[in-house]
Amino acid sequence: MRKALEISNLKKIYKGGFEALKGIDLTVNEGDFFALLGPNGAGKSTSIGIITSLVNKTSGSVSVFGKNIDTELEAAKSYIGLVPQEFNFNQFESLMRILVNQAGYYGVDRKTAHERAEKYLKKLDLWDKRDNASRMLSGGMKRRLMIARALMHEPKILILDEPTAGVDIELRRSMWEFLKELNQQGITIILTTHYLEEAEMLCRNIAIIDQGIIVKNTDMKSLLSSLNVETFILDLDSKDLADHSSIELTGFTSRLVGECTLEVDIDKSQTMNQIFTQLTDLGINVKSMRNKSNRLEELFVNMINQSHEAAEEK
Amino acid sequence: MSSSVNAIALKSILHKEVHRFMRIWIQTLVPPAITISLYFVIFGELIGSRIGQMGGYDYMSFIVPGLIMMSVITNSYSNVASSFYSAKWQHNIEEMLVAPVPNWVIVAGYVGGGMARGILVGLIVTLVSLFFVDIQIHNIWVIIATVCLTSATFSLGGLINAIFASSFDDISIIPTFILTPLTYLGGVFYSISLLPEFWQGVSQANPIVYMVNAFRYGFLGVTDVSLTIAFSVLGVFIVTLYTLAMVLITKGVGLRT
Ligand SMILES: Nc1ncnc2c1ncn2[C@@H]1O[C@H](COP(=O)(O)OP(=O)(O)OP(=O)(O)O)[C@@H](O)[C@H]1O
Ligand SMILES: [Mg+2]
Repeated sequence: MRKALEISNLKKIYKGGFEALKGIDLTVNEGDFFALLGPNGAGKSTSIGIITSLVNKTSGSVSVFGKNIDTELEAAKSYIGLVPQEFNFNQFESLMRILVNQAGYYGVDRKTAHERAEKYLKKLDLWDKRDNASRMLSGGMKRRLMIARALMHEPKILILDEPTAGVDIELRRSMWEFLKELNQQGITIILTTHYLEEAEMLCRNIAIIDQGIIVKNTDMKSLLSSLNVETFILDLDSKDLADHSSIELTGFTSRLVGECTLEVDIDKSQTMNQIFTQLTDLGINVKSMRNKSNRLEELFVNMINQSHEAAEEK
Repeated sequence: MSSSVNAIALKSILHKEVHRFMRIWIQTLVPPAITISLYFVIFGELIGSRIGQMGGYDYMSFIVPGLIMMSVITNSYSNVASSFYSAKWQHNIEEMLVAPVPNWVIVAGYVGGGMARGILVGLIVTLVSLFFVDIQIHNIWVIIATVCLTSATFSLGGLINAIFASSFDDISIIPTFILTPLTYLGGVFYSISLLPEFWQGVSQANPIVYMVNAFRYGFLGVTDVSLTIAFSVLGVFIVTLYTLAMVLITKGVGLRT
């Protein structure tokens, strides 16, 4: 399998001395749907900036489909389509012009560019707005326009930096469908996101980055199966709680949060029945129950905490 | 990249640049026409008639080439300075930076846009002057060469200004404090031979003197300086500024973090 992206020992120290990337290694195969996850300030946009040559690296190497950005920058660039985190349109240009000019920068002639612009504007539901200045678009429309713009030269690899930030749920789903479709056509996709559900839904492989270090790089399936603790939130009947100052469940870690809400951690070897039996014995009724959060989120938080602890021990 | 890819990229930048100043024509094309009309009314009709002859021509005919040159200079400069700076400010310059556009194409595209505006404004101003004076042409090639080289020089200047600029103020400081004084003292309104010897010497350090005089030669056949020196000065400026612009863009000054 060809490598769409190969990053090794990439470091970035910004002016002023801040070390945003502390030597990351990352490989993304052709055809992959890859998620780059991490908290705010982890270094996701910095990495993407370096790959797309908007940020100068301090050291390390980056190759895109075998083209090293130090020696064959223009070839490397021509493979990539970028959807940046921040809107970066000319506010006054029309959608059509933005797209056609962008294609032009990649050497696509104007006729072909017009055809493609029409295709993607229709596909992304922006065709009616084609003659509007980009500043007249809503936030969600701007996101879609950035996707259209990134596709104008038919890139082999599409890099999206938080493409669904500020996008409503319905639109987010249709964006997911569209991205899946692109991936099925053979375009390698890398995305960063804070919506963990999004990564779980779309991506086959995942890297988690924190404080400029890759703390986990694996496929989504084994990541999810390595997850063995889940937290449930139980809403208890307040009447039943009158005689209990605290609740101890043998074999479980639990805590009362608020008046009558109990959080219980359950690992894979345990069952829900054990909880209910114990609560029944205590004479406490459970009125409702829900998952505390997305499993991935849980895992993510644990992992980040672990890496912070590891860093402190050093 | 192959040459056809670069040609399409260059055409796209030129397209974008020309479209930009045409879209805001009220800000870009109309003011120079109004300004020059005012100059003609004041210096030509009202004051010029009392001044009499300058360099062997009546005052109005003498200042026309300088006035045209003045608008070419300011428009070339400010076109690139504001377009490039606003592309930086709105971050849409990134559209070009992520694409496989060689740096020389970016420079050529912006400079080409600045020249297009400079030359178009030059033409408009020339047409307006025809209402006030008869324009004679001594050597059309000198006119064309001077106007192209001058607008290229100042487009490059505007580009470099915009590369360093980190606020809109930064792109008006140089035009206000350097360009305008140099232009007014650049022999637009007088023949430098009228100056005391010392100030004539000082004027020779002002590059605009050479451009205005070469341009005036193209119309009237008179000049305060030699054409060879004038074109050499232009050549040196273009090569130096182009090299500087390329070094800055390649390093990513003001563009890449
Ligand atoms: N131009 C810059 N100069 C100095 N420091 C910077 C610069 N850009 C980013 N940083 C710092 O580098 C770190 C990584 O930033 P980056 O934008 O890569 O984070 P991110 O993972 O994309 O975060 P987010 O999820 O918030 O977008 C942050 O601490 C940030 O403050
Ligand atoms: Mg970011």
